[in-house]
Amino acid sequence: MPSPKRIGKIDFGLLSPKEIRQMSVRKIIWADTYDDDGFPYPQGLMDLHLGVIDPGLRCKTCSQKSGECPGHFGHIELAKPVIHVGYTRLIRKLLRVTCRECGRLLLSSDEIEKIIGTDISATGDSLTEKDIKKERICPHCGEQQLKINFEKPTTFAEIATDERGKKVENKLTPADIRARLEKIPDEDLRHLGIDPVVARPEWTVLTVLPVPPVTMRPSIILENGQRSEDDLTHKLVDIIRINQRFKENQDAGAPQLIIEDLWELLQYHVTTYHDNEVAGCPPARHRSGRPLKTLSQRLKGKDGRFRGSLSGKRVNFSSRTVISPNPNLSIIEVGIPLRIANEMTIPIRVTQFNIEELREIVRNGPDREDVRDPCGANYAIRPDKRRVRLTKGATSEDGNLEFIAEQMEPGWTIERHLRDGDIVLFNRQPSLHRMSIMAHRVKVMDGKTFRLNPAVCPPYNADFDGDEMNLHIPQTEEARAEAFLLASVQENILSPRFGGPIIGGIHDHISGIFMLTHTRRWFNKGDAISMLQNCDIKRMGEPDKIEDDVPYWTNKQIFSHILPPTLNMVFQASSCENCDQCLRENCDRDAYVRIVDGELLCGTIDKKAIGAFDGAIVHRIIRQYGYARAVQFIDDVTRLSIRAIMYDGFTFAIDDEDLSKSDYGQIREVLERATHDVGRRIQIYEDGQLEPMPGRTEEETLEMQIMQVLGKARDNTGEIAGRHLGLSNSAVVMAVSGARGSMLNLTQMAGCVGQQAVRGERIMRGYEDRTLPHFKKGNRGAEGHGFVKNSYKSGLNPTEFFFHAIGGREGLVDTAVRTSQSGYLQRRMINALQDLKVAYDGTVRTTGGRIIQFNYGEDSTDPMKSSFGQPVDVKGIVENILKEAV
Amino acid sequence: MALIAQQLNVLKHEMVPEHSIMTDEEVQALFSRYEISAEHLPKIYHDDPAVIATNARISDVIKIVRKSRTAGRAESYRLVVKRPKK
Repeated sequence: MPSPKRIGKIDFGLLSPKEIRQMSVRKIIWADTYDDDGFPYPQGLMDLHLGVIDPGLRCKTCSQKSGECPGHFGHIELAKPVIHVGYTRLIRKLLRVTCRECGRLLLSSDEIEKIIGTDISATGDSLTEKDIKKERICPHCGEQQLKINFEKPTTFAEIATDERGKKVENKLTPADIRARLEKIPDEDLRHLGIDPVVARPEWTVLTVLPVPPVTMRPSIILENGQRSEDDLTHKLVDIIRINQRFKENQDAGAPQLIIEDLWELLQYHVTTYHDNEVAGCPPARHRSGRPLKTLSQRLKGKDGRFRGSLSGKRVNFSSRTVISPNPNLSIIEVGIPLRIANEMTIPIRVTQFNIEELREIVRNGPDREDVRDPCGANYAIRPDKRRVRLTKGATSEDGNLEFIAEQMEPGWTIERHLRDGDIVLFNRQPSLHRMSIMAHRVKVMDGKTFRLNPAVCPPYNADFDGDEMNLHIPQTEEARAEAFLLASVQENILSPRFGGPIIGGIHDHISGIFMLTHTRRWFNKGDAISMLQNCDIKRMGEPDKIEDDVPYWTNKQIFSHILPPTLNMVFQASSCENCDQCLRENCDRDAYVRIVDGELLCGTIDKKAIGAFDGAIVHRIIRQYGYARAVQFIDDVTRLSIRAIMYDGFTFAIDDEDLSKSDYGQIREVLERATHDVGRRIQIYEDGQLEPMPGRTEEETLEMQIMQVLGKARDNTGEIAGRHLGLSNSAVVMAVSGARGSMLNLTQMAGCVGQQAVRGERIMRGYEDRTLPHFKKGNRGAEGHGFVKNSYKSGLNPTEFFFHAIGGREGLVDTAVRTSQSGYLQRRMINALQDLKVAYDGTVRTTGGRIIQFNYGEDSTDPMKSSFGQPVDVKGIVENILKEAV
Repeated sequence: MALIAQQLNVLKHEMVPEHSIMTDEEVQALFSRYEISAEHLPKIYHDDPAVIATNARISDVIKIVRKSRTAGRAESYRLVVKRPKK
């Protein structure tokens, strides 16, 4: 094997006519492809020297068969030169910066030096069109320069002024242009940033056209036996046909007018052959009216060669369908529809150890009818790589199952169906971080959707409003091992972003566990067991009390069953209000959580304890007992909380926002007072009595005061509403436990929606001196600038509704802009960082071994193995030993 | 302008970390510690204000000691190179 070489530099250049002829194996002169016998014409577009696509024939250049021959280029000698559309910009620039007579740069050597510097202090700049003044006189030969007009797609003209001062346009033929480009000296080209050795400018005007090998424009045979040629071949046919006609007319001495027409036609065909979407040029069309897909169209765009074939490809052994939730699955599992499991296969090599098991799988055949049935197989691969499809047949004689099962021996490979426990990769786009692709264990299920535990939604950012996800089946032992060890769900509970758990309870899990563990309640044995029935509990603990010979367990005891018996923790729950003086065990919100020896002594379990992104208990369990125990805890806590939420029931309706008559009176009073206060402040401002705040105008001061007053008014209505709505209200439970929503949402539903804002200010836009024609000009009051007095429940009046829509639109625009901007930023970051790795000596290096960072993160700490950024969780260790708060 | 440039030593500014030129022995020790050659080091331009202040020459190696949020103190090494032409 040759040793690896370092690339010193890459030259980008043009193909010279000489090179084109040199690499050509055949001059192509006939526009025809195949003769009546279906045999390629010699010197035609399908000439056998250009490679073979029909099986059985051999390439006349390399004498290999179809499939082995890579294909070879041919060439067409053009009757007259034509411009290459891809280089019209360059041609225009060169014509404008060089003399029309002597071909030299329109700058004296002094002027050149001024721009690009001398040899010693070269700035590295090259000359541009802007460095040359228009229509000047050549400093070398004194020739008056003319303006060059360029008309898309490929027409160039000189504008001369005749004796009477009238402007005349003289068309430049490609031959003229080529002659002018030829005259530009090599030295001047270097100043323009062109290396004349690899790219002489006259090579942008084609005199000979390369004909791509037939292998890159294969013809296909339709069902009716007719040949259908590739679009490129069609285009080449056009070029050759016109080229031949051009030559004949030229030789016959046709009039100049006809020659010009043909020249233009040839230019059109060569142009569209290169790019069929040039501006100012009607696209060449197929007989059916479909525009042809020519060279540039093959590369460009989403389905082009780069984005469609090289950066992204379609893969086998993958499937995609809608996702739906199933809280009874473990978080490491994924439910696969039977139909998909029967289609997706895993190749298993037959050995003397598994041959009997595989025989049974083969006998099961390709159609598994029930999720409980043992899995079957779709294909058997013999040692000579021949694939045999397994067929059941109407009778056992029709099918080949029994035959294959008997025939197979070590060395064969069986492609068996997916079955429970197989490792698969599960993915949801956009794949923004490593947790977007995780390895799950298969659970074959009925239905047509992928099923997943709602606790794994946060890492995928999935919900069930119609989301679809992809599934990939690793095909080798190595791939499965890698997927399981690096990408499996349990390895990804901790996010490398902040070193905390990203998988945990969501929504109802949190509401449920909150309602179960809040304050102290007692349950009899039946209720306790029904809540814990889905958890992996071996034995009920001792009951808390026995009344009338009936044992009762506390709610906290029930939760303690799923905790590891040696866990010790102290922390504040989400519902903690951060009082100045913490009452600890006597907290009236029951927000002080204390767990001693796996027993929840006090406090409420909520988002802080088990939620995704927080999950203090989950985090501690991972650090102390490992990933497997954490998986079990998350499975248990989600199942327990679902049973718990069903025990009490959890529902929310319009009348949950109802307040008492006196509450409504108070709210009205608060709002009236606020409106009055605003009016008073406006009066002060209009009287010129307002004392401006430092650095602000009087108007700004007034606006700030109004915003403040109205903001406070809304908060006060929220307080009034909150006083009435207690923990018997489901929305309050959700807000307090951190499951969903906030007290602000509740305020807006029950109390008052409040001020609508655009860019942090009251709504000022609209008509002249007013927002809407419903208000007087110059009105500064609350209603006229987007204050919504009503609540969502009482309903908004028309002006309020309009202001609300204005404020709401701003939010939508912001998210749309933010996602596109951050997405592009992330793409660039990934492109810049993707190949960096941490070497064994702790340095961060590129693939070339160049050092980026001398010590990863400067402290060599893997954020995923850290505790919220800290290498050691000191607080946790101390807590665990003292069993007390630190 | 010139007066300010003479008076201001960027290295004394609190936001600028400590820059110092490494001796040949130190550089050799550095290369053997990381099993690298000069081209593998991060670069710094010869006209960087901190490089000018330390009087470092092209192909010198500069040691930079920064305060680090994660590690408290972090060392980094950079090779002085000529600013390339644009």
